[in-house]
Amino acid sequence: MAMNEDTGAASKPANPRGLPLQASFAVEPADNRTGYRTFKAGSFGFRRDGYFAHISWPNGRHQLAVDVFLRALMRDVAWGFFYGTVNFDTVFGTTNYYGEVEMFAGATNESFIKAGTAFIERFKADELMRIFKEMIGDWTNAGYDPFAAPMETGAPWGSKSGDNDPAVSRKRVTAKRMVGLPGDTPLRSDASGYPVNRMFADVPQDEPEVYAEPGFEHEVSAFNLFAYLSRSDVTWNPSVCSVVKESLFCPTSEEFILPVEHGNDRPEWFVQLSDEIIWTTKDRDTGAFRAQVVCKAGDVCVMPADVRHQGFSDKRSMLLVWENGSPKIPELIRSGKAPNVPVKF
Amino acid sequence: MSGYSTQFGSIDAYERGTVSVIADDPKNYLFSNMFDVAARSAPYERVAVAKNFEYVIEVARAEGVSGWFTCAHDEFVTCLDYPCEVHLVKLDDPDAAVDPESEGAHALAALPPGKKMGRIVLRRGHMAILPVGAAYRFEAAAPATLMIQTIDGPVTSHQWAAFCQSK
Ligand SMILES: [Fe+2]
Repeated sequence: MAMNEDTGAASKPANPRGLPLQASFAVEPADNRTGYRTFKAGSFGFRRDGYFAHISWPNGRHQLAVDVFLRALMRDVAWGFFYGTVNFDTVFGTTNYYGEVEMFAGATNESFIKAGTAFIERFKADELMRIFKEMIGDWTNAGYDPFAAPMETGAPWGSKSGDNDPAVSRKRVTAKRMVGLPGDTPLRSDASGYPVNRMFADVPQDEPEVYAEPGFEHEVSAFNLFAYLSRSDVTWNPSVCSVVKESLFCPTSEEFILPVEHGNDRPEWFVQLSDEIIWTTKDRDTGAFRAQVVCKAGDVCVMPADVRHQGFSDKRSMLLVWENGSPKIPELIRSGKAPNVPVKF
Repeated sequence: MSGYSTQFGSIDAYERGTVSVIADDPKNYLFSNMFDVAARSAPYERVAVAKNFEYVIEVARAEGVSGWFTCAHDEFVTCLDYPCEVHLVKLDDPDAAVDPESEGAHALAALPPGKKMGRIVLRRGHMAILPVGAAYRFEAAAPATLMIQTIDGPVTSHQWAAFCQSK
């Protein structure tokens, strides 16, 4: 989810596994056959061909369909490694320690853990991010947008053919107080390049009636959040719309599948604003299935801090992701001082 | 030719989803529906439907005219179904009305001295800021559902067992 820009900057990053920082990175020249570059970060290697992303590490290898990999990589990049763990699939992913990040193969997979074959390395976040950004830029072809739902974009397959830098370098929206306030994140419109999405053509575009007394025009403020979301050009990319201290309303528009299994390091709330999303939850550490949660318009639920979650939305829907951005929470959860479920009843 | 129909709920027409467990307890998901909560609430009761440490999301049933509230920090209100009006007054001395270190909304017995800031008519999906330093009240001709982003405070009501899915 979208984070405050300053989250976690204050203190030394936690390092519960006591891992040393890796500092070797490499970008190899484009492959003669596929046209794609290969990348190295620590002992991990990344190579793409027509259909797949191939990941290797000492004594191990793994592959993902390249559309799955690019959609997940795009979120990890856009979110700055996000809160907690971003599982690209059941094997590969990253865990954010805010300033430093672990990259892993099998660390959240019961088979790897039991066999003792999970592989984890630790990096400075900005250094790994540089490699990830180069990778998403090089591996994304013209006509393919990893932020878009499959029906809205071209195919990612085949050998290197052009690029789509404007799509993969979109800036995440983070309002400081509220969207639409003077000097804050602006509203979206046709004129600013945000047309109403085809699946939200029926969403009313009226704005609130605001009657401010003279001198209070800047403080009496409201906007149409549903219209704003109907004009989002990305999927599964929460952006901060309103802020009460560390309480961040991060609404987003969702279509198809959340490209990652998100293992948050704190409870994360969902407020379903329109339509329907089905959530699959699994154990955060092992991947064992826990529940299916069907959310319809008006439903509210929490994802406990010990699950990973993945959402499925057929009709494009509006979801309010609600985060507590406090940098103190992950340690409270890890040490058992805060519960995985925020309310007992 | 799109033919897509966006589903929103309202206090008088909503469908609730559900948690089905494989190996879990439904109580862990604190699953509820905001329209269900508003439908069962008294006017302007501020019921917590989500809580993350000190922060909450409250749901209120708007109906008629509310009392005045104020708060030592910003809050945000979103209208989820039917029209609701927000009236704002800039308080001459906000610290006299509410401890500046306090959290959450406070109900005011009477409106303290201040200047009219204005009013906003919210319809479905509209979000307004309830700015720090102001007093505010709501007015709705017919029952409507409000969602408020705030901090757990003296007017926040906790009745999770009444509306969260328990099995
Ligand atoms: Fe999440």
